[in-house]
Amino acid sequence: MIDKSIKKVLVIGSGPIIIGQAAEFDYAGTQACRSLKEEGVEVVLVNSNPATIMTDGDIADKVYIEPLTIPTLTKIIETEKPDSILPTLGGQTGLNLAMELDEIGVLRDNGVRLIGINADAIKKAEDRQSFKDTMEKIGEPCIDSLVVETVEDAVDFSEKIGYPVIVRPAYTLGGTGGGIADNEEELREIASNGIRLSRVNQVLIEKCIAGWKEIEYEVMRDSKGNCITVCNMENLDPVGVHTGDSIVVAPSQTLTDKDYQMLRSAALNIITELGIQGGCNVQFALHPDSFRYAVIEVNPRVSRSSALASKATGYPIARVAAKIALGLGLDEIPNAVTGKTYASFEPALDYCVVKIPKWPFDKFVTASKTLGTQMKATGEVMAIARSFPAALHKAVHSLEENKESLLLDDFMDLGTEKLRKLLHNIDNQRLYVVAASIFKGISLEEIHDITKIDVWFLNKIKVITDMEKTLKSGKFDAETLLEAKRLGFTDSVIAKDVGITKAAVKNMREFWGIKPSFSVVDTCAAEFAAQTPYYYSDYGVENEVDPSTDKKKIMVLGSGPIRIGQGIEFDYCSVHSVWALKNAGCEAIIVNNNPETVSTDFDISDKLYFEPLTPEYVTSIVELENPDGAIVQFGGQTAIKLTKTLNDLGVKILGTDADHVDAAEDRERFDEILEFCDIARPKGQTVFTAQEAIAAAHSLGYPVLVRPSYVLGGQGMQIAASDEDILEFMEIITRTIPDLSEHPVLVDKYLMGQEVEVDAICDGRDILIPGIMEHIDRAGIHSGDSISVYPAVTLSPKVQKTIVDYTKRLASALHVIGMMNIQFIVLRETVYIIEVNPRSSRTVPYISKVTGIPAIALATRAMLGEKISDMGYGTGLYKNSGYYAIKLPVFSFEKIIGADTSLGPEMKSTGEVLGISKDYNEALLKAFEGGGVSLPKNAKIIVTVRDKDKAEVAQMLKEFKDSDFEFYATPGTQKALSAAGIECKTVNSLTGEHPNIMDMLHNGEVSLIINTPTHGRLANRDGFKLRRIAVESGTSCLTSLDAALSIMRSTFIVPDGNISLTDIATLKIQK
Amino acid sequence: MLEDGSVYGGEAAGAFKETVCEIVFNTSMTGYIEILTDPSYAGQGVIMTYPMIGNYGVTEEDFESGKLQPCAFLVHEMCDTPSNFRNEMTLSQLLVKYDMPCMTGLDTRSVVKRLRESGTMRGIITADISNKEALMKKIKAFHHSGLVESVTVDKPVPLSNGSGAKIALMDFGTKRNIGRSLVERGCEVTQYPSFTTAEEIIKAKPDGIMLSNGPGDPSDCVGIIKEIKKLYDYGMPIFAICLGHQLMALANGGETQRMKYGHRGANHPVKFIHDDRTYLSSQNHGYMVSGKGLPSNAEINCINVNDSTVEGIIYHGKPVFTVQFHPEANSGPRDTSFLFDRFLKMVKEGRYDD
Repeated sequence: MIDKSIKKVLVIGSGPIIIGQAAEFDYAGTQACRSLKEEGVEVVLVNSNPATIMTDGDIADKVYIEPLTIPTLTKIIETEKPDSILPTLGGQTGLNLAMELDEIGVLRDNGVRLIGINADAIKKAEDRQSFKDTMEKIGEPCIDSLVVETVEDAVDFSEKIGYPVIVRPAYTLGGTGGGIADNEEELREIASNGIRLSRVNQVLIEKCIAGWKEIEYEVMRDSKGNCITVCNMENLDPVGVHTGDSIVVAPSQTLTDKDYQMLRSAALNIITELGIQGGCNVQFALHPDSFRYAVIEVNPRVSRSSALASKATGYPIARVAAKIALGLGLDEIPNAVTGKTYASFEPALDYCVVKIPKWPFDKFVTASKTLGTQMKATGEVMAIARSFPAALHKAVHSLEENKESLLLDDFMDLGTEKLRKLLHNIDNQRLYVVAASIFKGISLEEIHDITKIDVWFLNKIKVITDMEKTLKSGKFDAETLLEAKRLGFTDSVIAKDVGITKAAVKNMREFWGIKPSFSVVDTCAAEFAAQTPYYYSDYGVENEVDPSTDKKKIMVLGSGPIRIGQGIEFDYCSVHSVWALKNAGCEAIIVNNNPETVSTDFDISDKLYFEPLTPEYVTSIVELENPDGAIVQFGGQTAIKLTKTLNDLGVKILGTDADHVDAAEDRERFDEILEFCDIARPKGQTVFTAQEAIAAAHSLGYPVLVRPSYVLGGQGMQIAASDEDILEFMEIITRTIPDLSEHPVLVDKYLMGQEVEVDAICDGRDILIPGIMEHIDRAGIHSGDSISVYPAVTLSPKVQKTIVDYTKRLASALHVIGMMNIQFIVLRETVYIIEVNPRSSRTVPYISKVTGIPAIALATRAMLGEKISDMGYGTGLYKNSGYYAIKLPVFSFEKIIGADTSLGPEMKSTGEVLGISKDYNEALLKAFEGGGVSLPKNAKIIVTVRDKDKAEVAQMLKEFKDSDFEFYATPGTQKALSAAGIECKTVNSLTGEHPNIMDMLHNGEVSLIINTPTHGRLANRDGFKLRRIAVESGTSCLTSLDAALSIMRSTFIVPDGNISLTDIATLKIQK
Repeated sequence: MLEDGSVYGGEAAGAFKETVCEIVFNTSMTGYIEILTDPSYAGQGVIMTYPMIGNYGVTEEDFESGKLQPCAFLVHEMCDTPSNFRNEMTLSQLLVKYDMPCMTGLDTRSVVKRLRESGTMRGIITADISNKEALMKKIKAFHHSGLVESVTVDKPVPLSNGSGAKIALMDFGTKRNIGRSLVERGCEVTQYPSFTTAEEIIKAKPDGIMLSNGPGDPSDCVGIIKEIKKLYDYGMPIFAICLGHQLMALANGGETQRMKYGHRGANHPVKFIHDDRTYLSSQNHGYMVSGKGLPSNAEINCINVNDSTVEGIIYHGKPVFTVQFHPEANSGPRDTSFLFDRFLKMVKEGRYDD
């Protein structure tokens, strides 16, 4: 029964996308908000992340894109007066905020209660000691651990729990000083070292269970106490690797019913004891050779794992959790997939699901690729098939890392001794090392002994490598081909192994009738008829898809896993396109493989294909569905890359055609277009070798911008100031793109101007620009890492007019239909063009929200043939909304050990926040606050900059002579600043005498470090170390002088206290 | 080949022999050993909907009876490289050992969809489909008979000498875990053949009677039903599971009916009306109590949340309650194991009380 006293609910979102807290919370939040509204409850949403569907004006009744801080939330609670808060949808952020609001009495003062979970339960699950006590009370085993201060205590405790043990020193940076001890001798050494290094002279001694099986259960419980498990999952990587960084399979494969039920019962006991009303994730370590297990962790909320479980089973966890929070029972909530059964039901899978994480190591070449207890992945892919080998293959293909076979040349070229060594590394390559090792004949037992990966998985990988052996032997008959396809081999791998062409494989497949079929994900293993069209491909089984429809059928290609440079924004765009298509009466088909996103929710599109976004898989879907058109503009580079495939299949690409997309990407053709349009661009050259690059740089004059063509997110883009820089960058580029003849490198003159960006909707004749955005950071920092301001504040009317005019000229010359993003540089009133992307960009969601223009919907309508002039928003530059909206990048540097935090032309941010206000400085402050950077009025600020910036910094700081800021600088910088009359204390550099910067950082007294990096990507410089230490001690460090100036200025100017709030939903209605 | 003439291909595994049986499907993702040894599957060919079967191998410790019970086993893919610390042999080896025919490489989902639409069908597993007419004759000629007799013990078997309540377990094809659940609770349990008369049972002076699960159509068990009625009238505390539940209903004038495709799986939600609680249960039945004809003291206290079918009955005024699902689990969730405690409480207090 619904609790009628719940009328208005505040939902807290999870904020910007960071590693460990990604798109899954947009998916969960969106689903939950819709679920709440369905029950007639008024929903108030707060989330600082503008790139999400959940912060759209129509998802909730009131939408606040505001910083997720206590003062802001308090203000929202006081303004909106909700009766309840649902804190379980915003990840750890949401829970922590709810907890704090409860502790400081805001909830009590405003008569608001938590629903879904209470503060007591949060504490029981989150607090280390309470959790242990709670588990002990209900007899669920935890991992034995104890905090000790002496080596003797450490030894005593270890004797009790048995070796090996893990030693974790408290409060050391990056876990330094810890380790695994196999015996007393090792323990004495590690523990004494750890105790010495720990600031509080404490270490945690924990029973080492690395190598145990890691098993997860997703559990639901309602207010009556009914419990179910949605599914369980088994990690291929045993305990020791964070589950977010593990390859995960659902359901478990190596558990007998006894094992399965034992852990299931434990999971139900735990959720019951915690009294959660909603969803919960329980992680277990299961001893591989007995029934012994330990509870590793409980997440009393929706999570990444619950998103995966939802997509893996079709069970909408967030939707059900929201209804439970309102008081409904599991047996009262219909299963939307079958329409017949209820939420008090455990999905039965008749397929296998594999998830593989997507890591950002291509962006952070200096970072350690070792996987451990700190998650490093930015996103993940999921694949479905009836067998594990096929699902594993499909997941690997979905990663878009040019890996089609598990056998990578890198490892196949190595001897078995080398491979044996590599097997000891727990990193992102382990799967491929294992495959190569199996292929080369290292025994499964030996691989298991080293990696502890269950032999079941190794045997299944062996099935794959055995098939590769068969194919490489030249065997090619109908039976072998069918078996290879069932195992998930692509035509190209088969072709390569057998030694024939891909076309020949395809022909023979057709000849032998070996075609993929599509099966339905229905939650119930076909026991009941399913209402929702959610498909995956497999071979040798019945096809369940009926392609007939009397509607116009349009396919939207999604954007795959979340990665740096291609984030949640593109999912936002895909979803809006699907909605617009449905509104226009079309059948919308989406293809995507990201389990975290809204686009792969079962009720977004008319048909959902959960498949890799690669030519072969997309071809199969096209051959079955024969769509009337396809949209590639909204799925980032992933979708764009499929243009040729679709063209070759005769599928009409809606919007800008492939030829014109190419014209925008191809250097020479684009130059011709610019000439025709009479638009200037920084001079540049296309090169194929490092020598040519140096020659180009010399003719253009340093500094120059070096970047590969045809990549998104500025991958490998750098500013070079010297020949050495060029050599270094070229080497890095060729490492990721081995064949430069197809994708050459661009060398451009680097202009130090104002960077400006526009998104435009084009119909082939008219354009509509929602707004002009300018970057606070000067050119040279990737646009995705720049602070972006709407509307432009520094541009003269004349420049703005030129920008609109250029946009129109380019739209017309490139025959753009749909979305277009252009980046300009303005230098001394002259407008130069940097690049044109005839597709959607990462600024579209935010500009749509602050201007009230539904850009993607309009662009989709334009692609379907409507005229912009008929859409009711006019043409040209849209009127100013009256608000300043500032988009600030957010990074996840603390998760990636060894990553350099300095900003440059290569994108590094994982997410973004928005600050919105009628006042420019307040908007800026809100953006910084949302991004976790805030300064007190009397902040201590450390300045240490490279020589060439010293004069500029001195000039900059003059502005703050009346402020309460306290400046510190390293000796060199201090000298320069003092000479310029800036009051500034000296602090010794990192390696200098104590007290030095390190001591100040450890004491937590510093609010901000301003540090500009010297050139190069090598990680061994002092600045690099300083930036890492800043990250690890939680101190804000800005490497952009413009950003630093902005936050200091806003902090100085804006008075403390009264914060304004802006409701996006109302903003939209006003339009 | 199914009795509607549809043909599905696959490869032979296990022991190969032509087999005619009733084809049913089970949606459990784990528990194939328990399912293969569940006597309720006598006379049936079982399709597993989970596509990879055999992953964790075989351990005889998990047997629910002394042998493999179905007529045939049908799977999408058989795993011959199992992994689990208790693994003793591969599933294929087990099937050969117990002479059970098996088909692999079957498009199980496709067959299940057909059974879902057309209802449970008989079918034949054969290596030669050239003469479909002859095969169809064989299929049509197939009828179950004497299933319970074929799976029950031949003489009383004491399972334990517990100090607790003395329980007579009526074996209609019982799963071992029913007896085990009582033994674990300290009971002195004796397993009786299905043909034991009420008089013999009463003479043995048990404190309570447990009616087990079993195979086939409950209305075939005419003799057993009469004996159960006598035990009921005598006032013996009785707890019945599955077939036992159906037989108790029949004994009291209720009706049973054949279901379209039955309930076989580990994910069936059962609502306990008195408690307003729903539990997940393990189920395996092709017949059900319809709810019609039950005496006025019979209250349907449990229903299936999916299709509202009868899942449990309390016979007021008598210390008797029965359930359609399997509180003993194995395979499946253990959520309703508390029913054994309720039973023992009833035995002690002489009346049912939830």
